[in-house]
Amino acid sequence: MKTKKNSGSLAPRVDMPCQPPLARRANFEEVALGYTTKMAMQEASRCLHCKKPLCVTGCPVQVPIRDFIAELARGDLQAAYTVVKSTNSLPAVCGRVCPQEHQCEGKCVLNAKGQPVAIGRLERFVADSFIAPFTCERLTEKTKCAVPRHGKKVACIGAGPASLTCAGMCAANGLATDVFEALHEPGGVLVYGIPAFRLPKNVVAAEIDGLGALGVRFHLNSVGGRTITLEDLRREYDAVFIGVGAGLPIFLGVPGENLVGVFSANEYLTRVNLGRAYDFPRQDTPAFPGKNITVFGAGNVAMDAARTALRMGAENVHIVYRRTRAEMPARKEEIEHAEEEGVQFAMLAAPVRFDGNEEMRLASVTLQTMALGEPDSSGRRRPVPVEGQLRVLPTDLAIVALGTRPNPILLDTAPGLERTNRGYIKVGATTGETSLSNVFAGGDIVTGAATVILAMGAGRKAGQEICKRLLLN
Amino acid sequence: MPTTILHKKSLIPGKTSKLTLYAPDIAARARPGHFVMLRMHDKGERIPLTIADTDPEKGSIVIVYLVIGKSTAFLENLAEGDDILDVCGPLGRPTHIEKGGTAVCVGGGTGIAAMHHIAKGHFRAGNRVVGIIGARSKDLLLFEKELSSFAHELLVSTDDGSYGRKGFVTELLRERLEKDMDVFEVVAVGPVSMMAAVAETTRPFGVRTTVSLNPVMVDGIGMCGACRVSVGGKTKFACVDGPEFDGHQVDFAELRRRLAAYRDQEKISLDMYERRSREN
Repeated sequence: MKTKKNSGSLAPRVDMPCQPPLARRANFEEVALGYTTKMAMQEASRCLHCKKPLCVTGCPVQVPIRDFIAELARGDLQAAYTVVKSTNSLPAVCGRVCPQEHQCEGKCVLNAKGQPVAIGRLERFVADSFIAPFTCERLTEKTKCAVPRHGKKVACIGAGPASLTCAGMCAANGLATDVFEALHEPGGVLVYGIPAFRLPKNVVAAEIDGLGALGVRFHLNSVGGRTITLEDLRREYDAVFIGVGAGLPIFLGVPGENLVGVFSANEYLTRVNLGRAYDFPRQDTPAFPGKNITVFGAGNVAMDAARTALRMGAENVHIVYRRTRAEMPARKEEIEHAEEEGVQFAMLAAPVRFDGNEEMRLASVTLQTMALGEPDSSGRRRPVPVEGQLRVLPTDLAIVALGTRPNPILLDTAPGLERTNRGYIKVGATTGETSLSNVFAGGDIVTGAATVILAMGAGRKAGQEICKRLLLN
Repeated sequence: MPTTILHKKSLIPGKTSKLTLYAPDIAARARPGHFVMLRMHDKGERIPLTIADTDPEKGSIVIVYLVIGKSTAFLENLAEGDDILDVCGPLGRPTHIEKGGTAVCVGGGTGIAAMHHIAKGHFRAGNRVVGIIGARSKDLLLFEKELSSFAHELLVSTDDGSYGRKGFVTELLRERLEKDMDVFEVVAVGPVSMMAAVAETTRPFGVRTTVSLNPVMVDGIGMCGACRVSVGGKTKFACVDGPEFDGHQVDFAELRRRLAAYRDQEKISLDMYERRSREN
């Protein structure tokens, strides 16, 4: 380990170069452009190489952060990549979409001064320098990874972050691994949900190709619970991982919500991302056009929808949230980027009604002004309506980004799976195993809507347990 | 893996064909009422189509469509041996079929094909099946022969009187219900206006009426809510809660408006495709 004491920690955190806001709100190119080698080396030199690296404790997949930064600072990019890949199968994705301020960077000792090492940006730099499909080649100088085959088989249902991580671990350890995906492209939320300007699709495709090079086989258009059932998979495979992701979008439950012009964020984003509606009519899938767009919710999905709406040509985009900016759950960088691009924030407001024009297409939303009252069970101050304070916001396209509830398709056909009182799959905390033996689950179908990295952490935990069971017995 | 068209039979030239697809995984599980999502090519839109028949032994399914937009126009230009890039299913909840006496199955337009699969289900469950089918004219009437193998009675109407009774299926339905108290269920598949009219026809008789809805869908697996419909004042997702619902509870006016949400874009897309097709 590098022990040379440096004074770099006193240097300021290296800023990420970005497309300027006015330019980027008219395109779907990536907003954050990535560090140059010089920037990355400079930022890496700020790391104090703590004896007990707290950053690692903040990472759901325990990337050996200190060690990869040490390799990077030494100038050995390949070694840095090997260290990152040892626990993280999708580092180019994580470097871009993790909420680092609550995880690794939040735990960094330099965070006390508000200047943590930019771990996410460094992870991205390392991953982008060595991105798959050359993973195997670069690591082993062979086109296929030389992994032993053990004659044991694993099935992963879903091809989002949880399943991909589990599949990657299993395949890397020599288990024959099949992934079953309902949609026509693998990636789950990475392809249908997160927009290209935040996570370019070629980055996702390259990481997935890397899994293919490890021997993971993908079966597309295969719906768990419909095309294939859990029962069949249990007969055919030694272990099954369920990572089917978030489910049915939650709507507001206010009058007028089924007017033409009101959409779930899932629909709007799926049309633009998976359906590439930004390129309509060269691509067949259209998105609904809107000039005055209102987005409900304040998480990452709401920010993604609002910023997508700007790029699709909206004149005004409002984010309506019933609490205040301080309570917004989105990543800090996403909120800042949204604001720079011109998204307007209507805080302390809640929709009470949608109204249509003479054709019954959406024309406006009526908002109730809110105030923060006593803390609720979540510890956050509960928003309460301010009597009589209503206003009308002209809106021809509304996007509801309030989260999801469990998707019944797989669950209804697998009655043996024990569920939580919220309807999600119950799993053992240390193994990720469900009430059915050798059936594991992780990601949003266990926790409810959460982050990519938490889903990956769950996929990793289950993958480790599967490898242990199938390979040690 | 792409899905191959094993057989294509034109039913209405340029408008409607019957395609037999090699899809053994879907054929093995599909039941009456199920649908599939299709995407024709790598720039294509996902569209839902009801499964009109299956042959699990041969591993095939049948779909029948009406050309209304670019995706279906593209489908109509495919030939036997061609591939469809993505076919996903079987999706939705299957038709609830029980033995109960006489089931009246009403079909209109291309809906007759999907309805025929449901009639087959009722026939096999031991119900007496009365088929009532209609079209604008004789040459637009589909699946009469196929349906006749699963219907104890088959009543036909055409708007112009060129075949069967002149008029609408609802008139035949009303007469049939008036003279027969043993009907335990009416199932209707067809254009929205037809299904709405069937529901109004059966309402005074108090007979259970099931309709199969065809809203806009994107994923077809519950993720997006594009297909939401109001049933009895509650919002349902046709892809996971349906696509069949109690016809007496469905808000058909809302369904019709939602089906037209993308009419401008659909026109742009179809016009561009037709222009290109002519140039080639």
